[in-house]
Amino acid sequence: MKKHLFAALAAVALVSGCASTTPVEEEDVMVSVTVEEEAGQDEAFVQNAKDRVFFGFDKYDLTTDAVAVLKTQAEWLKANPEKNVVVEGHTDDRGTRDYNLALGERRAVTVKNYLISRGVDADRIRVISYGKERPAVVGANEAAWSQNRRAVTVVKD
Amino acid sequence: MKKSFLCALFFVVLMPFSLRAELSIDITGAHSEPMATGLPVFSAGGEQAKEMAEKISQVIESDLESSGLFRILDPLAYLQTFKGIEDAPVFVDWQAIKAEALIQGHIDYLSEKQIRVSVRLWDVYAAQELYSATLEIDNKGWRRAAHMIADAVYKRITGEEGYFDTRIVYIAETGTPLNRIKRLAIMDQDGENHQFLTDGLNLVLTPRFSPNMQQITYLSFYKDTPRVYLFDIETGKQQVVGDFPGMTFAPRFSPDGHKLIMSMAENGNTDIFELDLDTRAVKQLTNSAAIETSPSYSPDGKKIVFNSDRSGAQQLYVMDSNGKNVKRISFGNGRYATPVWSPRGDYIAFTKMAGGKFYIGVMFPDGKGERLVAEGYLVEAPTWSPNGRILMYFRQEPPNRSGIPGATKIYAVDITGYNERRLITPVDASDPAWSPLLSNH
Repeated sequence: MKKHLFAALAAVALVSGCASTTPVEEEDVMVSVTVEEEAGQDEAFVQNAKDRVFFGFDKYDLTTDAVAVLKTQAEWLKANPEKNVVVEGHTDDRGTRDYNLALGERRAVTVKNYLISRGVDADRIRVISYGKERPAVVGANEAAWSQNRRAVTVVKD
Repeated sequence: MKKSFLCALFFVVLMPFSLRAELSIDITGAHSEPMATGLPVFSAGGEQAKEMAEKISQVIESDLESSGLFRILDPLAYLQTFKGIEDAPVFVDWQAIKAEALIQGHIDYLSEKQIRVSVRLWDVYAAQELYSATLEIDNKGWRRAAHMIADAVYKRITGEEGYFDTRIVYIAETGTPLNRIKRLAIMDQDGENHQFLTDGLNLVLTPRFSPNMQQITYLSFYKDTPRVYLFDIETGKQQVVGDFPGMTFAPRFSPDGHKLIMSMAENGNTDIFELDLDTRAVKQLTNSAAIETSPSYSPDGKKIVFNSDRSGAQQLYVMDSNGKNVKRISFGNGRYATPVWSPRGDYIAFTKMAGGKFYIGVMFPDGKGERLVAEGYLVEAPTWSPNGRILMYFRQEPPNRSGIPGATKIYAVDITGYNERRLITPVDASDPAWSPLLSNH
């Protein structure tokens, strides 16, 4: 239920192409969540394949949802062979800076390896970890943290 | 610039010898009452010197008070006014206001730019001089002169090296919560002489001083390629370190300044590497499928404490500096991270995460004697004062209910857990690193 709300929010922000702030009801606590488009992201890619997958706390294995998203990404990339991507690994802020940089790298590499296993050429995929430096949403609760534990596939020409 | 200050310094120290029980503060144990101290504004030879005397006295007072070990008595209560450094204290006048220690000083201008600072420290009840010194210094270096005097007083009373004549390098934070702008910045230990070192165009993290304080090593995301860099403080020149195939991060200098240890992440695995700055030779020190990061040398350079999740969650490990004899040292509840060896060698400071909270703590190098000294929604990245008695770290408050992020600020706390205080910085601040004592270099 919560997830759907966030997904809908993300979609709105990405389609309109600008940042939006919307209050979200959560167990009598008002939190405000901001979702921002990744700079320079390819809109056709975002519309045809979701651009991000989410991870459990301190985890870097792919969930069933994540696998489904990455399959779509792989198909889109195979259909658009002129496009290259950067996979950005991110974490929530419930860890220390150094460790989170390493964890973000693990997440990005997990996604890269999965895309390769689905037939995407390894040379087309670069990885970068931002650790906890570039959250997608602000919040001191699991709803926010779970949106920040992510790997985002960003299309670069 | 720093160098010319040091050359201009001329330090004469006279230490009277005494076998009697002396005025002293034990800072190793529990909280003690601050020492009541008389600190009249230094006397001065002339108007120009008077202004300087006020400034220097003020910095000494602020240093000593900030330590929590000294309580400077209200000047309105002082019964004696000193006209010069040869004026002997009227001890009954200072005993009458219950001063235990008395700091007497005098300033003269020797030339347009050269000042002489004379100082005497007295034990009021024993009616005895504990310390005296004279500094001749370029007047631009007046702050450092004041810090050096405060360090000398601290050392004479506590028996420990001081820490006032030191600097802090840290990350200055501005921008939005989702897109923080981070810049290298440097300041004196008391927040003065603040200077931004980078322009904020590239994300920078985790700066650390070289032992001679000529360089800072840090992580920069220049050209979206996170790598360890060196920043030359004198020239401002930035230079990538080594030629690594993957992200390098979490750098620290070896105690002799000739090596860097850091992590490299490649293909989903992070290990610890050592780079010899003279020969550029690279040595891999750990080799496991786990994340190994945040390495820190022991002060003798023989051991390295680091963070690994090889047990399934982040814990602290110690190994020989060649990578052999790895031993886990943290066994408490929760996850342990960012270990930093004290410059004295007696403790390892760390960040601990347990029950949804973050803590700063210390433990002995064998993992025993764990003690937590700070806690919060997010407290992280302890760094040691050069005398190993105080920790700085940063504290990030949680966002409020409408999503407005909390402030991120640097704090200091004694390893006893007392005297926690916030450093004043022009903007938000994180990742502090404390320099060695400047006057030792």
